[in-house]
Amino acid sequence: MALEVDIEKQAGNFHLQAAFTCEREFLGILGASGCGKSMTLKCIAGIERPDRGRIVLDGNVLFDSEKKIDLPPQKRHVGYLFQNYALFPNMTVRQNILCGLHHVKDARTREEELQRVLELLQLKENASLKPAQLSGGQAQRAALGRILVNRPAILMLDEPFSALDAYLRLRLQMELKNVLANYGKGVLMVTHDRDEAFRMCDRIGIMEKGKMLAVKGTKALFADPGTREAAVLTGCKNIAQAEKTGEKEVFVPDWNIRLTTAKPVKEALKAVGIRAHYFHPNAPHNNYPVTILREMEEPFEWVTEFRYEGQDPASPPLWWRYSKEKRPSVMPGQLGIAPANILLLY
Amino acid sequence: MDWYPLLNSLRIAALSCVIVFFAGIFAAYYAAKLPRMVKGILDVILTLPMVLPPTVCGYFLLLLLGTRRPLGKFLMQWGIKFVMNWYGGIAAAVLVAFPLMYRTARGAFESFDENLAWSGQTLGLSNTWIFWHVRMSACRQGILAGTVLAFARALGEYGATSMLIGYTPGKTATVSTTVYQLWRTNDEAGAFFWVMVNLAISAVVLLTVNLLEEKQKNGIRSRY
Repeated sequence: MALEVDIEKQAGNFHLQAAFTCEREFLGILGASGCGKSMTLKCIAGIERPDRGRIVLDGNVLFDSEKKIDLPPQKRHVGYLFQNYALFPNMTVRQNILCGLHHVKDARTREEELQRVLELLQLKENASLKPAQLSGGQAQRAALGRILVNRPAILMLDEPFSALDAYLRLRLQMELKNVLANYGKGVLMVTHDRDEAFRMCDRIGIMEKGKMLAVKGTKALFADPGTREAAVLTGCKNIAQAEKTGEKEVFVPDWNIRLTTAKPVKEALKAVGIRAHYFHPNAPHNNYPVTILREMEEPFEWVTEFRYEGQDPASPPLWWRYSKEKRPSVMPGQLGIAPANILLLY
Repeated sequence: MDWYPLLNSLRIAALSCVIVFFAGIFAAYYAAKLPRMVKGILDVILTLPMVLPPTVCGYFLLLLLGTRRPLGKFLMQWGIKFVMNWYGGIAAAVLVAFPLMYRTARGAFESFDENLAWSGQTLGLSNTWIFWHVRMSACRQGILAGTVLAFARALGEYGATSMLIGYTPGKTATVSTTVYQLWRTNDEAGAFFWVMVNLAISAVVLLTVNLLEEKQKNGIRSRY
């Protein structure tokens, strides 16, 4: 067991409640901004103090409100990569990384360790530069190097790619995944970007208004988010309230259609979700007449807005997305969905 | 030529500058951590000497350190007498120059990125080390400017100084009290000389502040 967290914290009107474990894996916390993701990391690092609960890392109790244990950040052995990397501005890359090596007393070992990490992160040429002279990617690697030489028991990443442009972001995600592949310890990353979470994480916990929902395997979460919040955060565009009408059938009042599902529906059903990619004009199931309202072209896809015939006029239109090579010559008058692609949200 | 006023002014300014440097920085650092209400009140009290007439500050110092007052009497046991002694000038200069240091340091600390301190903590660096090597280093331009301003203010102090230590040639005379004294006794040439000394010092100080600000601007430019 690497990291075990079960904490609560009240901050004004905001109530944080997070309980999860992180093994030697890449665990993501996915949530909108202001949902308490960063505060959770700060509680684990000892920067913020939870009101109640317990945090254990590799068997060491970092925080326990009942036993009145609250270790200072210095004694927690937690690596924290800040969103802006927080490199010390008046020190060079070399001096910054040496800050992470202050616990190594022997000067030779220290120098060897420094050279090893400069090599690993391709920072040799930039060792004498100040943070302000580095590119976004170099700054991130320097900050990561400073943390890695410190040998933390867990690595926490706070929106590590949000400050970068799209191209660099993708490259750095691959790079980071590579560097951390042989790391052998837990990594906890918070993000609001579902693509990033999908690419990087083994498991993902959804955080909504300070509350951490169940943690699921990444693919399982995207295939079956389970709740409306999780569906929204994993990028499901079409969500509407729904009620059970049969063993494998639901009725959606807003769209005024009945949908057949692949999985049995439970009584507690609150809503259904349909990802914009999953509509198909020729699908044999759940095929209903639609009116195409508007279209928008993207580099590789088309986005289409449509309404079902008989849809409640007050409800918003739906989205349909398809790749360009699949563009039909005539816009279809109806769209269907495979039963397996109906997300049941509770 | 008697250079005593200049030497006395310089030693008073230098010593009070050292005191104000540490006192101002620590007041600014801890004030930033206080709850809003307390901070607001403390802020008013700590800044007051900057807007009060220096003679009022001198009056308060006499209330506190006068030889017939409790604290003044208490210090007399060890022969420490701020009134009419050169080192009384330090007390006057500290009081008047303190708000300048306090406010510039507070401004610098407020713009400090707290993530830097937190990242240092998670790396296991001690809070003291972080304070001197990270926080002070990141805020050094602002703090340096505050120090220079405090030094200049201490050097030019007149009102509180003349109230507390008066003017005794060769004992408590400073540049600013000498100018007044010489002019009062119709020694126009003497007064003019010390005015020129004063102008020279002030020019150097302002030049230093400007150079520091220039450096800070360039620093910011190279960052983005």
